[in-house]
Amino acid sequence: MTPLLSVRDLRVGFGSDPVANEVVRGVSFDLAAGQTLGIVGESGSGKSVTALSINRLVDFGGGRITSGSIMLQRADGTALDVTGANEHALRHVRGRDVGMIFQEPMTSLNPVHTIGAQIEEALRINRGLRGQAARNGALAMLDRVRIPDAKSRMGYYPHQLSGGMRQRVMIAMALASSPRLLIADEPTTALDVTVQAQIMALLAELRDETGMAMIFITHDIGLVAGIADRIMVMQSGLVVEQGDTATVLDTPQHDYTRHLLSAVPHFTAGRATRTDSPRTEDSDPVITVDDLVVRFSIGRGLFGSKGAVHAVDGVDFDLMPGETLGIVGESGSGKSTTARAVLDLNARKRGQITVRSSRSRRPIQMVFQDPFASLNPRLNVEALLAEPAIANGQHKDEALRERMKFLLNRVGLPEDALTRYPHQFSGGQRQRLCIARALMLNPEVVVLDEAVSALDVSVQAKVLDLLIDLQREFGLAYLFISHDMAVVERIAHRIAVMFAGQIVEIGAAQAVLSDPQHSYTKRLISAVPAVERRNQHFAIDTTQVPSLLRPVGYEPPKAQWRQAGPDHHVRLEAVS
Amino acid sequence: MRILSALFRHPSGRIGVIIIGLYLLAALLAALGLTPHNALKMFAIDRMKPPSSTYWMGTDLLGRDTFSRLMLGIGQSLNIAFAAVACAALAGTTIGLLSAWWGAPWDGLMMRIMDVLLAFPAILLALLIIAIVGPGTFTSVTAIAIVYTPIFARVVRGPALSLKQRDFVDAARTFGSSQRYVLTRHLLLNLVAPLAVQVTLALAWALLTEAGLSFLGLGTQPPTPSLGLMLAESKNLMQQAPWLMLFPALTIMLGILGFNLTGDALRDILDPRTQGRTA
Amino acid sequence: MTYLAKRLLTFPLILLGVSVLVFLSIRLIPGDAITAMLGTEAGMLTPDQRASLAAYFGIDKPIWSQYLSWLGGLFQGDLGISKIYAKPVMTVILERFPLTLELALLSMVIALTIGVPLGVLAATRNGRPSDLGVRLLAMIGQSTPSFVLGVLIIFVLSVYFGFVPAMGTFTPLFQDPLANLGQLIFPAITLGFAFAASVTRISRSAMLDVLSEDYVRTARAKGVSTMSVVWHHALPNALIPVVTLSGVEFGYLLGGAVIVEQIFALPGLGRLVLDAIGQRDYALVQGTVLFIAFNFLVVNLLVDLAYAVLDPRIRLGGR
Repeated sequence: MTPLLSVRDLRVGFGSDPVANEVVRGVSFDLAAGQTLGIVGESGSGKSVTALSINRLVDFGGGRITSGSIMLQRADGTALDVTGANEHALRHVRGRDVGMIFQEPMTSLNPVHTIGAQIEEALRINRGLRGQAARNGALAMLDRVRIPDAKSRMGYYPHQLSGGMRQRVMIAMALASSPRLLIADEPTTALDVTVQAQIMALLAELRDETGMAMIFITHDIGLVAGIADRIMVMQSGLVVEQGDTATVLDTPQHDYTRHLLSAVPHFTAGRATRTDSPRTEDSDPVITVDDLVVRFSIGRGLFGSKGAVHAVDGVDFDLMPGETLGIVGESGSGKSTTARAVLDLNARKRGQITVRSSRSRRPIQMVFQDPFASLNPRLNVEALLAEPAIANGQHKDEALRERMKFLLNRVGLPEDALTRYPHQFSGGQRQRLCIARALMLNPEVVVLDEAVSALDVSVQAKVLDLLIDLQREFGLAYLFISHDMAVVERIAHRIAVMFAGQIVEIGAAQAVLSDPQHSYTKRLISAVPAVERRNQHFAIDTTQVPSLLRPVGYEPPKAQWRQAGPDHHVRLEAVS
Repeated sequence: MRILSALFRHPSGRIGVIIIGLYLLAALLAALGLTPHNALKMFAIDRMKPPSSTYWMGTDLLGRDTFSRLMLGIGQSLNIAFAAVACAALAGTTIGLLSAWWGAPWDGLMMRIMDVLLAFPAILLALLIIAIVGPGTFTSVTAIAIVYTPIFARVVRGPALSLKQRDFVDAARTFGSSQRYVLTRHLLLNLVAPLAVQVTLALAWALLTEAGLSFLGLGTQPPTPSLGLMLAESKNLMQQAPWLMLFPALTIMLGILGFNLTGDALRDILDPRTQGRTA
Repeated sequence: MTYLAKRLLTFPLILLGVSVLVFLSIRLIPGDAITAMLGTEAGMLTPDQRASLAAYFGIDKPIWSQYLSWLGGLFQGDLGISKIYAKPVMTVILERFPLTLELALLSMVIALTIGVPLGVLAATRNGRPSDLGVRLLAMIGQSTPSFVLGVLIIFVLSVYFGFVPAMGTFTPLFQDPLANLGQLIFPAITLGFAFAASVTRISRSAMLDVLSEDYVRTARAKGVSTMSVVWHHALPNALIPVVTLSGVEFGYLLGGAVIVEQIFALPGLGRLVLDAIGQRDYALVQGTVLFIAFNFLVVNLLVDLAYAVLDPRIRLGGR
């Protein structure tokens, strides 16, 4: 049987000389009807460009297919070589034969048209439906992607929907044309992990319902384990390995695949936690946070305040010297606000933050998520590293220069980096610079706010190792904020799970991850993709995060706690 | 220097820089008195001569050399434009930067004042100022400076507000960096690029406004040569002496074009987002 | 709605600021008000006459009280009496306003009908010769001041076509539309040319930005034709900055009318300002400047409303 899609020696280049600037350098693969292929690779591997070549959207991004063929079996039984097709033929390929969903649900829908109109357009172009028929079709699609109250949502504009809802709309729009192949380009990367699980479940179910083939592109090899029949691993424009999901995952042949499977943090439900806990009965915490409350008032104006967002509501924790407390949670859980409040970057409404410091005037320092945004692009490394010292009354002398060189060396950067500017470094190197800068004042606590989240997976692992080494060497305590359970598992001694501005569960990392007690923690942990969770059926679940907007003067009830283990506390849930 | 060579590699930037260079040279020579003829002296026998090897661009009704007068006129226009834009950039940047940094309520107050100034079409605000003070070089500088201050304030405030939210400013707060350090190193230094673009484009607009005011007879007063005035005076003679109109017209256009081209090229060079798009 | 509510709230505030500025600037004129009003003839007044004149015009009262009574007049459409026309300022302005308004609107129509399609065309042919041509034209257009273009147009018309545009007269639109258009078309081209160039540039760059947006890629991925991508998906988004520009430029058009009316000797508001300044008719200067600023503000308020129509994110508020 001829495969639905047959790609041979595909080469794609960019710019005025596409042959010289090749991003995809000879990719071949087949995809049978109804099959799901997972393409795995890091940024720059050419995985997205390969996908965009299949419907030739790559042309609009300045790319050109320089050689190779892409044979597509069309619905009418004919075969078409996409690489040589004209724009007219391609228009019928796009949508009808090949549907596509993208990474950024926030920007992938047109802001000036309603979501109903955008789905209707797909129905009109590709299925010839008009008027009421198109409206009914769009409504049916919204129902199929399980958007609650679809009828009234038809008239919504994209900005009125959450990221997860928008991604559902994208899926509805792609499936409205009943394509035989759906390309999903990192469709869940921008979403929270529980929302990711919902979307994955939906995609799997719709695929089984319609019998369409699917190409699923991701950087997360754990994620494809749950959905793909075959896996193709790409690195710098080349396919390094492809085969059945089980074969590739269990007996990887290529070094890079092995590296992705072993060196990269994967979630193992508490089996990879650290064992070097510095917490003893008689040690004193370096930071104690007691009843921290941060609120942002809304609609402050002539007519008084409408209410306040309870971003952080009554958070308590302590941190021992040399210990890592991981704070996990999804967007809007208040984890970053907590971190910023500890550094006084956000004004707190209430709460006591006690710091016991002996060695530094500024005992708490911070490393931010985006290494491109946290270094001033107009200053060289010497000025960047000197800033904390100068701010605290030191002078730019030989001793200071020695310390800068020492720290650069320690984070794995060459000494001659001092005269260079941030744009001359890669993302991982910049994050190392940020770490060096945070250590300039010899702090006792470093707050790491999603500090490795913006990095490629293999770089992540190296930076995590560096952080653990530095922690031991300088006796640092870390407050490690992350949405990524796999990363937190590697570095945290203790974990606090935040939900809707409150800690719902806190305790030893191993205990919390292997034996979650709170319903939210359970949901969170079951949503994390893992290599061993293969073809698992995610339950369809449309739980939404509750609104944190409260009326003026609202105070949440006092938290009740239950002890679940020697160092494991769970917030009691309201019975509903 | 790096910017200048980058400008030279940019096709329209090169033309712009060359035009500006020639204008600066003309102004400099005129200031040193190195014009081909005395621009103010009238030669009664050489009235309304068409362009020739003696008078490259002809002479006017009073027998004065057009080319020499244009050189002086360029100097006069550039002086006014540079002075006005320097004042506007300084005042506007200060207002915009502090507005963004201090936040409410100062931000609202200062921006509403800027809105009040922006509620007047530029030339009208200039005319109002001239109505109060009376026409002249100093008035032109003041009027143009006041007109462009709110524009600079807005141009600076927007990016300053977003820079203020950037992580490196938050990082500076965690080190305890001084307000002066943050304002100069983290905000102002990053505003140099948009400011450079805005200054160049504002110079084009200032040249235009200055020439417009002199054209109306409300800018530079005779006998000081000025481009706008020369154009206005030529209007009634255009049948007999078209050169009197064409050369000032071209001089004004080319000067504005030079700054516009350079400003655009600067924007391309300094904005990484558009790099490669418009080259 | 908060966005529009905010705009509606600040509108009277800024208007008040404008009135204060105009009021004070006239009071800043060196010398006393009577001399300023009467010129050299003031020297012949006796102190008694001066005092009674001052009392008559209310300028013996404190400045804030003068302002309040002036402001009270404003609300009833009373902008004072013009010295040179010996008529209420408001009457004079309303006689002259139709011409300037028509001139500005005509220029705007010319600029938008030329600029938007050219900009869209250039953006869709990014980097090709037609794009370069449009950009060159736009650059030259933007660098051509109206007074240069106006003089050149008159020159070309009179020298090469032997045609002198009717100057100094104005036929109202409804009296004889053809004659009216004949009088205004060249001034409108003069005034709208640079504006057309800006519209072209803004449309082009906005369109280029929008065409690289993710949602345009989405539209292409579902098989939307190139024409529909450009006109249905991209243009509504690209128009937002064009509308902003149009609001700002309308002010420049009202200001630019001063120069164009002078060149073509048209009896509009712009000429009125110049005459008023030349003859030191301060009530008239004050009234006209205020009137134009008021119109400019109203137009910008309309632009803000247009935003809301174009952009549902503004109309419906953020999430």
